[in-house]
Amino acid sequence: MLNKLSSFKMTKLVTVAAAAAFVFGVGVKAHAETLTVYTAVEAEDLKKYAARFNEDHPDIEIKWVRDSTGIVTAKLLAEKNNPQADVVWGLAATSLMLLGNEGMLQAYAPKGLDKLDPKFRDSANPPSWTGMDAWVASICVNTVEAAKYNLPTPRKWRDLLNSAYKGHIIMPNPNSSGTGFLDVSSWLQLFGEGGGWTFMDGLHENIARYTHSGSKPCKLAASGEIPIGISFAFRGAKSKAAGAPLDIIIPEEGIGWDMEATSIIKGTKKLAAAKTLVDWSVGEKANKMYNEGYAVIGITALAKPVEHFPPEVASKMIDNDFKWAASNRSRILAEWQARYDSKSDPK
Amino acid sequence: MSNAAALAAQPAASGIKPKLSQDDRIMRGFILMVGVWMTVTVLLPLYAMLSKSFENHDGVFTGIANYIEYFSTPALFYSIENSLFIAIVSTFFTITLAFIFAYGLTRSCIPGKAVFKSIALIPILAPSLLPAISFVYFFGKQGIINEVLMGNEIYGPIGIVMGEVFYTFPHALMILITALSTADGRLYEAAISLRASPMKTFFTVTLPGIKYGLISAIFVVFTLVITDFGIPKVIGGQYNVLATDIYKQVIGQQNFQMGAVVSVVLLFPAIIAFVVDRIVQRKQVALLTARAVPYEPKPLLSFDGIMFAYCCLIGFLIIAVLAMACYASFITFWPYNMTLSLKNYNFDVMDGGGWESFFNSIRMASYTAVIGTIIIFTGAYMVEKAKGFGAVRGTIQFLCILPMAVPGMVLGLAYIFFFNHPDNPLNFIYGTMAILVICTVSHFYTVSHLTAMTALKQMDPEFEAVSASLKVPFFKTFIRVTVPVCMPAILDISIYLFVNAMTTVSAVIFLYSTETNLASVAALNMDDAGDVAPAAAMCMMIVYASATVRIGHALLTRGLAQRTQRWRKR
Amino acid sequence: MSEGSSNDPHPYLRIRDVTKKFGDFTALRNVSLDVNEGEFVCFLGPSGCGKTTLLRAIAGLDIQTVGSIEQAGVDISALPPSERDFGIVFQSYALFPNLTIKRNVGYGLENRKTPKAEIEARVAELLELVGMPEQGDKYPAQLSGGQQQRVALARALATSPGLLLLDEPLSALDAKVRVHLRHEIKHLQHKLGVTTIMVTHDQEEALTMADRIVVMNEGGIDQVGTPLEIYRRPASPFVADFVGTMNFIPATVSGPDRVSIGGNEINVGEGLNGVGVGSPVTVCIRPEDVTTRDIVGSSANSIETTVDNLEFLGSFYRAQLLTTGNGKAKLLADFSINLIRDIGVEEGKTLSISLPESRLRVFEGSAKTEADI
Repeated sequence: MLNKLSSFKMTKLVTVAAAAAFVFGVGVKAHAETLTVYTAVEAEDLKKYAARFNEDHPDIEIKWVRDSTGIVTAKLLAEKNNPQADVVWGLAATSLMLLGNEGMLQAYAPKGLDKLDPKFRDSANPPSWTGMDAWVASICVNTVEAAKYNLPTPRKWRDLLNSAYKGHIIMPNPNSSGTGFLDVSSWLQLFGEGGGWTFMDGLHENIARYTHSGSKPCKLAASGEIPIGISFAFRGAKSKAAGAPLDIIIPEEGIGWDMEATSIIKGTKKLAAAKTLVDWSVGEKANKMYNEGYAVIGITALAKPVEHFPPEVASKMIDNDFKWAASNRSRILAEWQARYDSKSDPK
Repeated sequence: MSNAAALAAQPAASGIKPKLSQDDRIMRGFILMVGVWMTVTVLLPLYAMLSKSFENHDGVFTGIANYIEYFSTPALFYSIENSLFIAIVSTFFTITLAFIFAYGLTRSCIPGKAVFKSIALIPILAPSLLPAISFVYFFGKQGIINEVLMGNEIYGPIGIVMGEVFYTFPHALMILITALSTADGRLYEAAISLRASPMKTFFTVTLPGIKYGLISAIFVVFTLVITDFGIPKVIGGQYNVLATDIYKQVIGQQNFQMGAVVSVVLLFPAIIAFVVDRIVQRKQVALLTARAVPYEPKPLLSFDGIMFAYCCLIGFLIIAVLAMACYASFITFWPYNMTLSLKNYNFDVMDGGGWESFFNSIRMASYTAVIGTIIIFTGAYMVEKAKGFGAVRGTIQFLCILPMAVPGMVLGLAYIFFFNHPDNPLNFIYGTMAILVICTVSHFYTVSHLTAMTALKQMDPEFEAVSASLKVPFFKTFIRVTVPVCMPAILDISIYLFVNAMTTVSAVIFLYSTETNLASVAALNMDDAGDVAPAAAMCMMIVYASATVRIGHALLTRGLAQRTQRWRKR
Repeated sequence: MSEGSSNDPHPYLRIRDVTKKFGDFTALRNVSLDVNEGEFVCFLGPSGCGKTTLLRAIAGLDIQTVGSIEQAGVDISALPPSERDFGIVFQSYALFPNLTIKRNVGYGLENRKTPKAEIEARVAELLELVGMPEQGDKYPAQLSGGQQQRVALARALATSPGLLLLDEPLSALDAKVRVHLRHEIKHLQHKLGVTTIMVTHDQEEALTMADRIVVMNEGGIDQVGTPLEIYRRPASPFVADFVGTMNFIPATVSGPDRVSIGGNEINVGEGLNGVGVGSPVTVCIRPEDVTTRDIVGSSANSIETTVDNLEFLGSFYRAQLLTTGNGKAKLLADFSINLIRDIGVEEGKTLSISLPESRLRVFEGSAKTEADI
């Protein structure tokens, strides 16, 4: 948006080229071509993703630019007039929709598109993005801490309104966290606008604080800083695998979700290589790779249960209306901010 | 005489236009370069930010619409009150604690003063998020002594104030030690001979004597607190302050306009504090020039005992905060697996930036120290020693102290607006190491500049005149005399730049790219993602690096002192 | 001031109508002066009189606002210091603290690509000249103030400048060293024959060292002359007061070449310059010129006084006398110890004194100076 502010046209091509050369032009040796790929995929998985891809395409080197969802989105928007990225691989679909609205995505129908669950693709034809895996909301409960405070295990979202939980719940701030936003938008879709806000009013009474990032509530629950963190299932499963006394709860009413998705940035000078990468990213091998961490993946038929991941996830995912969420995003966030993000509200 | 009468008839009224020497031309060229540098790295970015705050999302000028929106959104403008509250409370505690500590170090006869002073300066080596992280391990839900808070949350104003006090303590201490060391012993002798009570002496002699130092310390701490980002980010919980609001607006919501508005709001208290501090500094200089007999404290068992106990307590607390961060960084999985391991130092598998960010920081800090010192010292020399050119020199002198008034968050955001503008020919440095170095140099310009000026003012003002009379170009004298003589100050500047470049978060948080991630930013992002222990580990790495360089600097300075003792000693 | 210009048609340094303003403040007004080749000239005056400003204008360090300066026939008015020909010594010595004495002295030579051996020889010669041949490897801080000033002098002379400028070179030194160095500098200057200008506020220094003294006051030149001229025939009450001790005695013109001091008429020679009878004037005489041996009431220019106070000053006594008659004028007189004993001068006693006509200066009006108090 930064650059959108300035109504200047994309000029300075020379400068851009120089910038690209300056920033990314180093270290191109073994591979014929280097793709600059922006991603929000967890750092520990990036090497694996690149290595698997290179097993099939050793001639394309991936240059990762990784940061959290919000920052990568901001960065892409800021670079709108002189994009630095060739491909985005592993960013929230809602973020990609935002970029699509700005006209920054290159529509492309990758090979094997037909095998994807229809939920996992942009409805336009050809689609401007394709999904990889779903990223679902869940509640992380630290069993040790919950026992310490005699807290019952919540089964439903509405259970969280129980005053016993007062001061024992943490959730991400939807203004800064994609996870936070998918929670809020799912509640509004599940309970209706009025019911959703009433639910959040009640929940707010029990919230100890809102965090900036979406994974932090679960990590805080894992480390016992808080008994209950509203976060996403993938994070919970990882922490549980690391030995945290966690229960990952999928609320009965249904859960909000977003997906990690892939797209080509319009204007890339490496379109052929970018297409190769996107083709691979929707393929079977890639989906099996996503399945190592995520239970719900683009090619539903391939999905196998993931350790520590609640098996009922797929069935509980709500029929998420991304369009509605995207178009009402600023209104929802402003309303949320006015209601809960102010010191004036007594907690 | 006829001779003179004839000459008087000549049109002597036409003024002399002094011919510029080669030296003059070179110096003026340098001064203009410093002017251009300050304009490009401070003024224009600030202007870009200011104008952004008057534009809407599409870049159309909308007057004060953004400001109206800001002040009609309670979630936003309540932060002003919060920021002021935190700043005032933290300043009160820091100044009180630091004053007593400084008083003990200067006005009592306690042993181990050098040790106490070294311990008290440790917080400077750490990024501001370190105390915040450490307090989580002390007072968080799983903290080892969280009962102390009697059920209160550490996440919020309590945590912020405690963190800020730790972080600003050494800054206040240094100013207060200087102020308390320059006391005039004669006044105390007079007070004793007049049989004034110790209390009366304190209020009639001590306080007036350090008044300017005290005011200066108050405003320095106030500015540091109100502009600090790391501590409220880590431990602020739901308690919003201006600095975190800028971050939320820009990074969380990509609302750059509102980020600019909050920046302008944050600029106000910072500028007021800056102006007051400048006025006070000027007066203080006048005070220090007076001749005085240094005050020599006399041993007094009870007083010294209390002071020693107090200094031990403060020293213990500072070390405890650091030790906790260090200890927590080795814990495998707090609190469920308390075995020691290096797991948290395996940065490469964590979101945040990996080990590369640590080495990036070392590189960035080294470049900042070297390039910054050269620019700042040379610039100060030109501004101080050039002849004529008064108006330009005055303007540049002002530009050189301006950065002190600009909070890091504001500078960083201003840099996005200015350098990322596609029409800016300097656009190519965006996202590179260069912009981090430039931003950091500018951010910490003022203190370095003033250090250089102080050293240069102590040089004999006639060195340049002598060189000119001997027809030696000024730059030879600069290299052969000025630089060697000012070497202690030059080393001080470079160490100051290095340590600050290692620990800063606020300005660079908006400017780093994946290629140039920094240790302090990585620590922040790891904490943000909930990886608190690895964040503590990264903070400790920063402390180790800063401390190593600081110790190296001390050894170097000592070596230099020995080598130059022959000509310096007097 | 016309007195500033000598009659030499080719002075080495020729200063004409130099005015220097710092903002609204005029530090020098319309100063003209000639300095001849090989001459030792002192600028003497109280602080703020403009003497240092004039020196810095000559050096090009603070170039004058208007007016011209010629050196050796070349107009240097607008030239920067580096394009002028001078060596300079400051009160602060301004020695480079991190360089040895040798390297300080050779500083200007090293830059001229002079061969190393030649530099060494010249440095040794200069150190010999200022009497410090053994100190070359020391650093400035290891030397005394007087030694440092000699080094500064050697450094200024190293490049054999045509003009040597000394800005209060001795005032940071203690009294004994100062007296000693005075002679050395004078001797050195004489030996080298370098045209020298020294700024000082110390009249004794000026009197002992200078060939000619330029007395400055409030941005202008009051008098230019040899030390003896300045001392004997001060051109203004200011000069009279500033150089040496002077009695200022209020008087009235009572006839041709005659004035009345409280009723005592004395002859003042041709000093009156046609001031009308009855006009107030000030008669000046130095305390040591007041005579009392063999004076009786009928002696020329004799006045009856009483001794008000006697002050022992070591080698002589200074008596404060009060004239008798209407209106008691105060008057200082220096008497030798012998004379005090011989005549038996003591406080309260009456004393006849004489004010020798040749030693008197008369200024128009009633000059009030500090000496009156």
